[in-house]
Amino acid sequence: MSLHHYRIAFTTIMIKEMRRFLRIWVQTILPPMITTALYFVIFGKMIGSQLAPVEGFEYMDYIVPGLIMMTVITNSYANVVSSFYGSKFQRYVEELLIAPIPHSLILLGFISGGVARGLIVGVMVTLVAAFFVDLQLHNLFITLSVVVLTSFLFALGGFINAVYAKSFDDISIIPTFVLTPLTYLGGIFYSVSMLPEFWQDVSLANPILYMVNAFRYGMLGVSDISMPVAYAVIVGFIVVLYSFSLWLLKRGVGLRG
Amino acid sequence: MHALELRGLRKAYNNGFEAVKGIELSVEEGDFFALLGPNGAGKSTIIGIITSLVNKTAGSVKVFGADLDHEPMKVKRYLGLVPQEFNFNMFEPVEEVVLNQAGYYGVAPAEAQERAEESLKKLGLWEKRRTMARALSGGMKRRLMIARALVHDPRLLILDEPTAGVDIELRRSMWQYLREVNRRGTTIILTTHYLEEAEQLCRNVAIIDHGHIIENTSIKALINRLDRETLILDLQRPLQRPPALKHYACTLSDEQTLEVEVHREQGINALFDELKQHGIEVSGMRNKANRLEELFLDLVESGVNK
Repeated sequence: MSLHHYRIAFTTIMIKEMRRFLRIWVQTILPPMITTALYFVIFGKMIGSQLAPVEGFEYMDYIVPGLIMMTVITNSYANVVSSFYGSKFQRYVEELLIAPIPHSLILLGFISGGVARGLIVGVMVTLVAAFFVDLQLHNLFITLSVVVLTSFLFALGGFINAVYAKSFDDISIIPTFVLTPLTYLGGIFYSVSMLPEFWQDVSLANPILYMVNAFRYGMLGVSDISMPVAYAVIVGFIVVLYSFSLWLLKRGVGLRG
Repeated sequence: MHALELRGLRKAYNNGFEAVKGIELSVEEGDFFALLGPNGAGKSTIIGIITSLVNKTAGSVKVFGADLDHEPMKVKRYLGLVPQEFNFNMFEPVEEVVLNQAGYYGVAPAEAQERAEESLKKLGLWEKRRTMARALSGGMKRRLMIARALVHDPRLLILDEPTAGVDIELRRSMWQYLREVNRRGTTIILTTHYLEEAEQLCRNVAIIDHGHIIENTSIKALINRLDRETLILDLQRPLQRPPALKHYACTLSDEQTLEVEVHREQGINALFDELKQHGIEVSGMRNKANRLEELFLDLVESGVNK
């Protein structure tokens, strides 16, 4: 197969993945918009109006980047974990395994679906946010690159979860017990500088902190983390998880007898 | 050129079970080849290895000269698979299932559309192209898998029990279509439990049992080896006990049904003469089993006894 053929194969997987979540937009696109609107109303308007500004920003303005990032993370992850596990469960992953497609393209095809959903939901949530706050943009490149890389990273996480999942319960354990706590403790609602020193140090072990802060820097120009460190952490995790995912696919873990 | 060459193929699972034990097999280009064997014989494992769905333990697989270990993409490009179990996305429309498959093989969208239309029409699924796959009947799902497997124009089509659970009328129309596919030059390997199907469609056959090939020959040669068949005779008048025929072994299945074993050299006329001498009149006659079925059972039983 030539590069042209591979491009068609990759595009096919990507479009299939996008059609999958767009077909069920009431389950995939709408809920995060409603949830985020509720966050703005409750944490922003009701509680936030009682709070002092954080790093020079109204509380509601301060939490917008974190809320967008949280939605992108959970949706990128959820898309790949449910799609890839579904393809294992119904066995149509075999269509891909027997086809002349390199493993890297299969992986990138699924990841692209996760990134697409993460970004579409991210844009929708940003539009919702625009009803509540005056959106700001400090650095377009950092904002876009961080959101795309973070989405890519968590789509990889969803893929690995799906490879090891043996039941539908297994695809909700990690999001519930790992992803959600890390996201909430990743500085969405607060600046780590507000924490005692010990908890500031503990927070540095949370990778989501780097992504939320980098994205916040892109939008507001403030961050608890330096940008080179944040990029290094994000790219480092992507390299590790991508290599591991590719190895899993090549070995056929959870896929081949 | 061989369409398929298996050399020393072995598969042992982690629990120690050896499903395939050193298979040697060649299938000629253009052949319609039957791979037969009882449940658990190793047929699906062999197909899984050829199609990269199962990792082999040892041996080699070559498809049209391309080695699976060294040129996996080439091997995959040559293959089309209709698996035993439904393995398409039940929540996609029929046409999308076929178009996606074409895309995976690098077929450009416009060409894929043409090919999908052609195969869906030929398999009677065109009217259902916008229907969700899960809403199809069992027979339609089987046909969808055939349409999907053919959309990238494979040189070697592997059918793993393609007509399981399909009614006779539909099965025969599928046979017709598969014959046409084979006539157009596609090599076909078929596994089936309907031995009549193998007899009707295939030119050559391998019988597998317990991970070994116990027979590999042409269907014609195999059937020629059958030296006897059992006839079931419907009697006009009931009998209390089987007649004492001089040249034929017989048993009474019920008062009006007699089973007689006839060897090839004996002929049926002599049987009727002898029955007449005993005052037995026959109102109907049929074969007890498909001829290939009898041979198959003999071979598998002798394999077990060995």
